[in-house]
Parts: sequence; structure tokens; C-alpha cells
Amino acid sequence: MAKLSLKKLTKSYGKVEVLHGIDLDVDDGEFVVFVGPSGCGKSTSLRMIAGLEEITSGEIWIGDRKVNDLEPKDRDIAMVFQNYAIYPHMSVRKNIAFGLWNAPLSKAEKAARIEEVARILDMSELLERKPSQLSGGQRQRVAIGRAMVRNPAVFLFDEPLSNLDAQLRTQMRLEIKKLHQQVGNTIIFVTHDQVEAMTLADRIVIMKDGHIQQVGTPEDVFHAPANTFVAQFIGAPSMNMLKVTGAGDEISLSSGVKMQPGRQTQTGRPLLLGVRPDDLSVDDQNPIVTGKVVVREPLGSETLIYVSGPQGEIVAKVPGKSGVKVGDEVKLGATPEALHFFDTETGDALV
Amino acid sequence: MTAVSDTSELPSVKAETVLSARSRKPANLGQILRWLLLFLGGLLMIAPITYMISTSLKWPHEIYNVNLIPEEPTIENYTYVLEDGRFYLWFINSIIIAVITTVSNLFFDSLVGYTLCKFRFPGRYIVFIAILSTLMIPTEMLVIPWYMMSQSFGWLDSYWGIMFPGLMTAFGTFLMKQFFESVPDDFLEAARIDGLNEFQIWWKIAMPLVKPALAALAIFVFLGNWTAFLWPLIVTNSVEMYTVPVGLSGFGDEVDVAWELIMTGAAISTLPTLVVFLIFQRFIIRGVVMAGLKG
Ligand SMILES: Nc1ncnc2c1ncn2[C@@H]1O[C@H](COP(=O)(O)OP(=O)(O)O)[C@@H](O)[C@H]1O
Ligand SMILES: [Mg+2]
Repeated sequence: MAKLSLKKLTKSYGKVEVLHGIDLDVDDGEFVVFVGPSGCGKSTSLRMIAGLEEITSGEIWIGDRKVNDLEPKDRDIAMVFQNYAIYPHMSVRKNIAFGLWNAPLSKAEKAARIEEVARILDMSELLERKPSQLSGGQRQRVAIGRAMVRNPAVFLFDEPLSNLDAQLRTQMRLEIKKLHQQVGNTIIFVTHDQVEAMTLADRIVIMKDGHIQQVGTPEDVFHAPANTFVAQFIGAPSMNMLKVTGAGDEISLSSGVKMQPGRQTQTGRPLLLGVRPDDLSVDDQNPIVTGKVVVREPLGSETLIYVSGPQGEIVAKVPGKSGVKVGDEVKLGATPEALHFFDTETGDALV
Repeated sequence: MTAVSDTSELPSVKAETVLSARSRKPANLGQILRWLLLFLGGLLMIAPITYMISTSLKWPHEIYNVNLIPEEPTIENYTYVLEDGRFYLWFINSIIIAVITTVSNLFFDSLVGYTLCKFRFPGRYIVFIAILSTLMIPTEMLVIPWYMMSQSFGWLDSYWGIMFPGLMTAFGTFLMKQFFESVPDDFLEAARIDGLNEFQIWWKIAMPLVKPALAALAIFVFLGNWTAFLWPLIVTNSVEMYTVPVGLSGFGDEVDVAWELIMTGAAISTLPTLVVFLIFQRFIIRGVVMAGLKG
């Protein structure tokens, strides 16, 4: 069992606290992705788990051991860095062998492990090469190999794909997911890219300014965001936010439009109404927003339309064949289930 | 896998375009001036060496003639110096001292430089400044304290006495610290996770990555010690402990300096520096190439 638990974890640099009490339980074999904007403390959290950064307060448990005071090498973890950090002066084989530095194995056993890992990562024929003779994707694979060969309880990945070009990134993403299904170790994966987070994670941890905003499956965080930050961070393009005022079973928009959201609201209370571009449709039954199409971005199977009206500009994703043109007057509506309500002050979702 | 062949084609294409561009362009005035300047610089560098070799091939009566080609060239001086047993002794002394000092500097300068660069500890900055500030004290000021120290410890007229002031240098420490700045911490952290201890991280990961700096330092320290004169002259008494420069300076008698012999000894003693340079210079050039490929 290699559960990972973070208990009230904080980190300060001097007087500045950058992590403010992180609580998280990760199950054995789970693929957890930390996602959030740059500077929110993802790397710091990961480095604390790895033992590269001192823990200011709180506890980290890996399996049934509290690892706060253990050296990185004794924590049963392996880490893959953003810029690969494979040793440039050694062959691929040597690089991977370094992952087994302390392993109590015979030379032959180590060699067999290295071959095995190279086979899984499809780089058996690259073993004698130097890193300078490898492409970016291959270097990253070597870094993953060096981590894999240790067969650690927990894999730590710090933005491993962000130095790769878009196509390779998609390919490596898939490979990492397959790899996880094959080897089954617990993985903590850090990224600032919400698409990477959504596609890879069993569970996503969304962070901002050193606080966890929400922990949940990709479906959870997409369909039931805990607050406006999560709502706007996950999903592209971002969720539209409209200022509305509650009025019993009705709400009124700043444009004067009234609608039934299918729930009770406190009369006179200002609220934020969130609706995803995907959930908007060009219909006139029960329109939320009426306005003119100012920009059209065809994406192929779908088209983004930017609609400007009395309540500001909002984005909608409509079918690619819908034939909406710039300058068209459209009425955008959504089903009540697709509407999200948030407190104006705190940004928390109302349930 | 295709990506590798793609990238490997890039430089060759570039090199070709550069070459053809260069051969097409006619030499302009600026270029001619630059070559002229380089030529003069080269001449300036080679003149003393030529003069040294020329003098070593002359008879004593001819040495104050400035002609480059000796009227009656002779290798008599070489046979004299090489048959004089003392020269061998000095040569071996010099080799021992320069080699040990070089190895010691490579090891300790980079160890201290690495520590100052990669570890955060209280007083780190003060230690660094203290080491740097010793660079401002000239050797001439230090030889008297060194001498007194050697006298009280009984180090006079010994290898240790000649070597101890130079076994570590502030300059080398500073140089290595600066070079370790260019080694990304990620490498060291990766090694820490792999389970290497701090010494192994330094030795197996950080050191190979600063080979060019080590090579430069090796050349520098070796040459410095090979040609050192003032301190070895002061600390040695017996002819058997002399280094090459000290020994050579004593060629001749009280009235006459035997320049032709000094120049002969000097010419012979440039050989090891040439060897050292040829060995380590490769690393410097290769290091530059490697850095180019990494990006
Ligand atoms: N060594 C450090 N000293 C001071 N502040 C740091 C240090 N490392 C990170 N920080 C700060 O901690 C915060 C979190 O950083 P980090 O974990 O790297 O963010 P992320 O990986 O999410 O982009 C940032 O505000 C950053 O400025
Ligand atoms: Mg980061």
C-alpha cells in the first residue's frame, strides 16, 4: 500500500508563507494532477513530497511512514523534472542505471531491469547514445526511464511535458497515461495546463495562491466547480460569468432579462451566473443573452462565437455547420442544469 | 527517432551557407587591418620564444649579437645542460611540485567553490568575500610571513615548504564557484533522489559538467607553479631542492651570467608546459562544443 497523505502542510520562505495548509489523501495507484496558475505552489508541494524542500510545518506520509525527516532517497519516490535533468555526460544506459544507485541488486539484475525499462519505453536501441544525440521527447523518455527503473511507491512529475512541442506533448501525454495503466504506481503530476490535467488525472487538485481550491475527478471539477476560480480555470474557453440578481424563483440579468433558473434564489441578492460556452445554444425559447456576433473562430467541428450584448461579451461554442455569421443577431440560451451560481463576494458555488 | 536525423542535418546546412558566404566576399580594408593586427600580435608573442631558442644555439661569445640565426649554430649547450646532473634534479622537483599543486588545486578549489555555490549556510557570503579579498594581497607581501612560518614549522628546504602556499588558491576557488553557477540545480537534485551522497553528487555529476573550467584551471596552475621563482628561491637552500627556474638562474659564475645555458634550460623546460597545454586544451574545446549541442 502506498497511500500518500499531506497533513496541514505549509511552506514559508523567510517570512512569506507560500503554502497555507495543504490537506490531501492520495490512494494507492491513483493518478493525481496538481494544476493551477504559475506561482501557486505546485512545484513547492511536489518538492516537499520529494524531500528537496524543507517542510515548514505539517506532515507527509508515504505508505505508513511519516517521511518528514527522511532523505529523498529513502522516501521511495522518483521524480521527473521539467527540463529532463538527465546527466549530459553519460549514455542513456548509464543515466537509467543511476536510478538504481542504491538498489540492493546484483550487476546482472540491474542490467536486466534497465533493459526491461528500455523495452517498455521503446528505446532499447538508444541505450548507448548520449543525451546530446536525442530529441526532446527521447530525453524526456530517458528521464522517465530513470524514474521507472526504481519502481518507486510514488512517481513525481513536475511539468514534464511543457518543454515539448504541441504534437509531441499530446503523444507523450498518452504514453504517460498508458504507462500508468501498465505499471500502476501512484503518480503525482504537476502542470499548469488544464487540458493535461483533465486528460491524465484520476483526480485533479486545483490550486491557487497556496490554497487548494477543489479536489475531484475531472468530471467533478468540470460539472460542479467549487468556485468561480475553478469554473473559469477548467474548460476552454472559460466559463462565462454574468451578474444577476435573485428574485425568488426568478433571476434578473443586468440587461433586464428575467428567467427561471429552476431553483430558488434570495430576492435582491446579487449573484454570479456561470454558463459554459459549450452549454449555450443559439435558440430563442428562453434566451439568457441577446446580442450581435462580433467575432467568429471556426475550429472545424465547432465554431466559437463572441456575442456582444447589453450584459457584455460572452462566448458560445456552436456546431461548426450552424452557419452563424459575424453581424448576426443571436439569442443564446441554456438548459437550467447547465447554469452555475456563485456568491458574488466569496466566489463560492451555491448548491 | 526521426527528430534526431532532422536536427543533425541543421548544423551542416548552416555551416555550408556560412562557408560559401565567406568565400564569396572579397577581403575589405577592415579585414586586412584585423589580420595585420593579429599578425603583429602573433609576432610579439613568438619573438621571445624565438630569441630563447636562437640564444640556446649560440656560443657564449655570440650571445649579445641580436641576429636570429646563429653564425655557428651548436647544440653544445644542450649536451652540457642535459649532462649536468643537477638539471635533472630540478626538472623532477619542478614536475613533482607542479603536478601535486595542480591536482590539489583542481580538487580543493572546486570542492570549496562548489560548496560556496550550491549550499545555503549562514556565513556563506562572508566566507566568499574573505576568500576573494585575499586576492588583493600581493605575493611579495606574503613571502616573509610564509618564510617565518616555514622556519618555525621546519618546512624550509622541503617540497612541502615550496608547495604549501599554492595548494589552494582564492582565484581557483572563485573561478570554480562561478562555473558551478552554470550547472543547473536540477541535475544535483535528480542525483540526490537517485541516492548519491553529497560528495558523490559533486564528484560524479557536478565535476564532469565543469571539465572545461577544470582544464583551464589545470593549465593555469601548472604554468604558474612551473614558472614560480620568488618563493622557491627563498624557501630552498640546497641545490638538490631547487626548481628549474631557481636552478637556471644560478647558471654561470659570480661575474658572468651564462645566458646561453639559461636559455637552453628554459627551452627544455617549456616542453612539459606544451604537453600540459595540449592535453587539457582538448577539454576546453570539447566543452565548448558540448555546450553548443545542449541548447
Ligand atoms: N526558493 C524560493 N525562495 C522564495 N520564494 C520562492 C522560492 N521558490 C518558490 N518561491 C515562491 O513560492 C511560490 C510558489 O512557487 P512554485 O511552487 O514554484 O509555483 P508553481 O510551481 O505553482 O508555479 C511562488 O510565489 C514563488 O515565488
Ligand atoms: Mg513549477
